[in-house]
Amino acid sequence: MPTPAIELRHVTKRFLTPSGTAYTALRDLDLAVGDGEFCAVVGPTGCGKSTTLALISGLELPSEGEVLVGGAPVQRVGRDVGYVFQVDAVFPWKSVLDNVATGPRFRGINRREAEERARDWIKRVGLAGFERYYPHQLSGGMRKRAALAQTLINEPRFLLMDEPFSALDVQTRTLMENELLQLWSATRASVVFVTHDLEEAIALADRVVVITAGPGTVKGVYRVDLPRPRNVAEIRFQPEFSRIYQEIWNDLRDEVLVSYERSKRVVS
Amino acid sequence: MLLLGVWEIGTMKDATHPDGFWIDPFFYGRPSSIANQLWTWAQNGTAQGPLWLQVATTLEEAALGFLIGVGLGVVFGVALGRVRLLADVFAPYIKALNAMPRIVLGSIFILTIGYNIWSKVALAVVLVFFVVFFNAFQGVREVDRVLIANARILGAKERQLSTDVIFPSALSWILASLHTSFGFALVGAVVGEYLGAYQGIGLMISTAQGTFNPSGVFAAMFILAVVALSAEVALTWLENRLIKWRPNTVTADARI
Repeated sequence: MPTPAIELRHVTKRFLTPSGTAYTALRDLDLAVGDGEFCAVVGPTGCGKSTTLALISGLELPSEGEVLVGGAPVQRVGRDVGYVFQVDAVFPWKSVLDNVATGPRFRGINRREAEERARDWIKRVGLAGFERYYPHQLSGGMRKRAALAQTLINEPRFLLMDEPFSALDVQTRTLMENELLQLWSATRASVVFVTHDLEEAIALADRVVVITAGPGTVKGVYRVDLPRPRNVAEIRFQPEFSRIYQEIWNDLRDEVLVSYERSKRVVS
Repeated sequence: MLLLGVWEIGTMKDATHPDGFWIDPFFYGRPSSIANQLWTWAQNGTAQGPLWLQVATTLEEAALGFLIGVGLGVVFGVALGRVRLLADVFAPYIKALNAMPRIVLGSIFILTIGYNIWSKVALAVVLVFFVVFFNAFQGVREVDRVLIANARILGAKERQLSTDVIFPSALSWILASLHTSFGFALVGAVVGEYLGAYQGIGLMISTAQGTFNPSGVFAAMFILAVVALSAEVALTWLENRLIKWRPNTVTADARI
């Protein structure tokens, strides 16, 4: 078997809570993502999905175990990693053009060339004409496009996405999912896409990994053998889609219930 | 206007009311004599020299104190906000200095630096520094964690984090403090002059007080108000230029 692009081996991550106790976000997690594979990670709220991405990106280091990206252990924020955040992470004081050009500028490319590349990416994500706008003047969907361009301009070999479309309305979301697949098929980066939406996961991914309610560990891994290129809006009606959905949902349901019971206990 | 009218009429004198109708003009002055005083100053100059020189002196002291204080405040605020160790080391000293009524330093500055403008500048710097420092410090601490994470992923080095993320993000906090701090710079300049100077509006007030001339005190206050308002307008203009990326809903209203 070839070396996986991204690999987590027996990873445990503990955080110190403000009260001084240790909180275990992930326990003994194993995960491998192949080269150029689109892997979706689903799980109930608070199961450590975002922590997984933070570990792969190098923003956080594991308490135990090993995280390998491109075959090498992660020690700091990697150069080849792109990360699309759940909340808005574009810089509010920069115009769309400056926002998208930020990555190349940080990496020492001169302004002219960085802006040229930024214009190209702005066109690719469908924001042409909005170069001079500030983020607060854009809609949520347009800000997400800007964030996507900002990440993809660095041509990451490993693309991490943390519920990127969860704040969007359903129509915009379907549109963005299709566009993401298109952009991805041109780059063939290895993707880890975190979501709590099982439909989104199946529609986009080659493989779906279900994580248990926190502390998170892998509950099951499922292949999605739907043909590409896919149309996210239509793929949901295929019988194969429903079959996979049911199979995964059986596993996921238990975890969602556990997480739900727990949150009820906290409230009461 | 009503207040001015009542004040003017209340301080009118005639044979039966040598101390004015209701208000004694000897202590409270009267609007017409204040205007008169302003006119005299503008025409003939003040006891210390021409009026424009007094205004220019005070303004120079306040502006220098403001610029130096803001510069130091921003540098220290950002540095201590960024580096935990520095914050832990300096925090007790800064808190102790801040707790002190810093106006009393004015006397020390007059003694050590002398009657020239630099003793007033020093007092203004001390007053301005803390306002800006605490705002800059807080602004740095409040920077959105996600923005920092995003910048690091995009390839920012530590220095780029400071210049491209943390400083612009803290800028709205810093700018908000500028309104308050220019007021403090004026306080520093005027109080410094009041304590001892060759020129300036503070000295005019002190002289007027010494010669039982309430109109002179009020007239000098009027000049100060005009100076402060002009500075406020200039700062608001600067603020709007520097953070034009911000949606207009955020408070841009005057803080004096």
